[in-house]
Amino acid sequence: MEKIIETKGLNKYFKVSGGRWLHAVDGIDLSIPLGHTLGVVGESGCGKSTLGRLIASLLEPTAGEILFKGQSMLGQGSKSQKEYRRNVQMIFQDPYSSLDPRMSTFELIAEPLRRYKVHQSKADLVNIVVDLMRTVGLDLRFINSYPHEMDGGRRQRIGVARALALNPEFVVCDEPVSALDVSIQAQILNLLMDLQEERNLSYMFITHDLSVVKHISNEIMVMYLGQCVERTETQKLFAEPLHPYTQGLLAAIPLPELRENKKRVLLRGEVTDPIDPQPGCRFYKRCEHARPQCIAGPVAMTEARPGHFVACVLYQNDDSGGRNEESHA
Amino acid sequence: MSTATLDSYSAEMVRIRKKSRFGETWVRFRKNKTALIGLVLFSLILAIVIFADLIVPYQASMDQVIKDRLQAPSPAHLLGTDNYGRDIFARLVHGSRNSLLVGLGAVAIGITIGGLLGSVSGYFGGFIDNLIVRFTDTIMCIPLMLLVLTIVAALGTSLVNVLLAMMIANVPTYTRIVRSAILPVTSMDYIEAARASGSSNLQIIFSHILPNAIGPIIVQATMAVGTMIINAASISFLGMGIQPPTPEWGAMLNEAKQYMLQYPYMVIFPGLAIGITALSLNLMGDGLRDALDPRLKD
Amino acid sequence: MDNATLLDVKDLEVIYTGDGGRVQAVNKIAFELKEKETLGLVGETGAGKTTTALAIMGLLPERNSRVLGGQIFFQDGDLLKKNKNEMRLIRGALISMIFQDPMTALNPVKTVGDQVLESLKIHFAGEMTPAQMNERVDELFTLVGISPNRKKDYPHQFSGGMKQRVVIAIALACEPLLMIADEPTTALDVTIQAQVLALMEELKQKLNMSMIMITHDLGIVAEVCDRVAIMYAGELVESGSAKDFFEGKLHHPYTVGLLGALPSLTNHARRLSPISGLMPDPTQLPAGCKFHPRCPHSMPICEQEAPYIYKSGGHQIACHLMRDQEGGN
Repeated sequence: MEKIIETKGLNKYFKVSGGRWLHAVDGIDLSIPLGHTLGVVGESGCGKSTLGRLIASLLEPTAGEILFKGQSMLGQGSKSQKEYRRNVQMIFQDPYSSLDPRMSTFELIAEPLRRYKVHQSKADLVNIVVDLMRTVGLDLRFINSYPHEMDGGRRQRIGVARALALNPEFVVCDEPVSALDVSIQAQILNLLMDLQEERNLSYMFITHDLSVVKHISNEIMVMYLGQCVERTETQKLFAEPLHPYTQGLLAAIPLPELRENKKRVLLRGEVTDPIDPQPGCRFYKRCEHARPQCIAGPVAMTEARPGHFVACVLYQNDDSGGRNEESHA
Repeated sequence: MSTATLDSYSAEMVRIRKKSRFGETWVRFRKNKTALIGLVLFSLILAIVIFADLIVPYQASMDQVIKDRLQAPSPAHLLGTDNYGRDIFARLVHGSRNSLLVGLGAVAIGITIGGLLGSVSGYFGGFIDNLIVRFTDTIMCIPLMLLVLTIVAALGTSLVNVLLAMMIANVPTYTRIVRSAILPVTSMDYIEAARASGSSNLQIIFSHILPNAIGPIIVQATMAVGTMIINAASISFLGMGIQPPTPEWGAMLNEAKQYMLQYPYMVIFPGLAIGITALSLNLMGDGLRDALDPRLKD
Repeated sequence: MDNATLLDVKDLEVIYTGDGGRVQAVNKIAFELKEKETLGLVGETGAGKTTTALAIMGLLPERNSRVLGGQIFFQDGDLLKKNKNEMRLIRGALISMIFQDPMTALNPVKTVGDQVLESLKIHFAGEMTPAQMNERVDELFTLVGISPNRKKDYPHQFSGGMKQRVVIAIALACEPLLMIADEPTTALDVTIQAQVLALMEELKQKLNMSMIMITHDLGIVAEVCDRVAIMYAGELVESGSAKDFFEGKLHHPYTVGLLGALPSLTNHARRLSPISGLMPDPTQLPAGCKFHPRCPHSMPICEQEAPYIYKSGGHQIACHLMRDQEGGN
């Protein structure tokens, strides 16, 4: 199947005080088939937002490359970057700060159209905007409203409309429903799924909420402190989470049902910042299965079960299928 | 519904609203009583500036009638006469032009240049930001008046040179003001969204950053005009600015200072003129900022 | 067998007065809380949960809010009838509250130890010596899982989860009988949330404390709450024990909608079933049942009359559909 987005060894390091480096994203290899959704899950500081911005070309990678339909984005000029943006768009997390408070709905959605001169005339532009509003289920009477006059759900619909304006093939969704109420979350998620079907879109869906990602993703990638620790199809991840962090993450989610035995596996400790990290697994300090092997050297990503990849020494010898993907630590 | 009908309907909706955007700002401004007072006052002053010749002939401000000198306000001379027998009212009216010209001019040019520098500094950050900030830091170390006086001393005293000196002296201040107004805006998600929509840096600065940062800038600017008028007056007061016999409020204060105790009206009226002008600008500026912000309710 | 009633709210009515007119924030709600019980107060943004909490604490903004009626019985008296000084003595000592955002709840220029101490000084200045107070501070830190050595650190030196623990320590300093927690874990990562929730459970047991947990997350409700009360547009639409709620057959349509809208780990449907529409504008509340415009089962009577109150044991539902059910008024 054709891959719409691939990355090879993608790194993003930020300089911090004292000449040290924050390894926000470290050695990420991924590939997303056309029409699929890759869910990227992790808690704060794991690098998922940075990854999203790298793919949306809002940040420059420190190392590694991003391929769109097989074409590398490396070393391309601003003109091809502009072309890339037509194909790869982004929906932002905060419907309050991602919309310019001085622009009306019309102006917000029209902006990308204007920049790429998609329209032939003013009337044409209005038509396209109206169309987009209808597509995302935004009542036309809001066309001249300002963001502060609308609630979070409507603002987020503007964000979706804006992202779709250029007819992209790939959309990075950075926590698009986290700031919304539960009943609105469901509406927006359904909208995104419908749009995917209608337009054959591919998504990278970034979230910290495992229950949300389960509904919308074909495949899920779990990140921790800049690295990918586990990656597989959605059902397989929930059926058998392999990495101790994934297990802890799943166990921590409060379920809306009564259970007799409320004892759960609780992860101890806190997430730290990946500044000048030591080689080896970054989950070492919080892991109950920790052993010296974990920090002896880089932990490779192995195919512990068919189609199920994990970076953990516990599964080093379970490698099935013979494909060994290096993960840079 | 046919596409044609939808077309015209929506085009109408969008067009109409665009026009009333200014109307909206005006409506909000109107509701603010103190802002309105400021506007009325300033309009009055502006009218005086524009129609100075119609109110009182220029000559009246220059005619020295020695036998009428140092007269208190009377029907013949509304605000009295100064030590050369010149009608103070006439001098105030014509002096308004010079005073306002320097004030408004210095700010207008200062903000334009400072605005540009501040935008570049705040938006791009990094090395350029550092450079510009250090540069403005250096100039701001020198007290404003001292700087202006030095420049005027070097270039010679005249209206133009005072203007130039003021401008040079306050560009750094505006650079920093614009920069600090811009910094919080630059980190907003909607700037990234604009980049994702294909906007170039220039487009982002003009469509997103400046309109959002303009609130604090406008307030600062209008208040600054008042300050600049006072500064210009101070320079003239020190004898380094506009030279007599040209009427100018600060120069008038300078000439009046030796007569202050016996003939206080010579000092009071120009002083009031400066004060009221500055006040009206402050009130307007505050009102404008509140009216421009669509989030007024919050 | 039954614990004594600690808090009894009757017919509470709160309005906000702005320059837009009057807004009904809370409309005649009533509920009880027993000793050692945790009540989950559930609702979406604007439902009135925080307003209710502030009313109990006597912290409603004076300038633009008013309690129109009702009583809040706590121990011996009606809190609404107490004057400011009396309420000040109650706050912190008998009833305490923790808020959503730990980042802004702590004073950045005071050490965390001092902030916990402050609470003790206010209420126990005459009764405890400084040495005793310091000892108590150490006790509290240990209780919430922070090393007492960190007493002299400043808030910015702590992570989000740790900050929230400090906030809890402050709230517990005077051993209140009732703690109101307003979305205490919303701003935290899910694994940290699990730790904080476990801590709150533990504390509740140890200290014989009652708790009102305000949340929109039904998962949290299932984890820590004994009773549940659902608020919608300022009214209580359903209340009952956790069992009635998660295992009972009868529910208010809004509750059904909430449960159906949840993307959950156990819900295997691909599409979610959100509740259509939005919570009504508080300045334009519908007549009759506030939920009827969005209710899939609404009948003509719903628009005309206030909902029928169905009561069965501890389970209460405000809905005309319940008229035919056994139990009744």
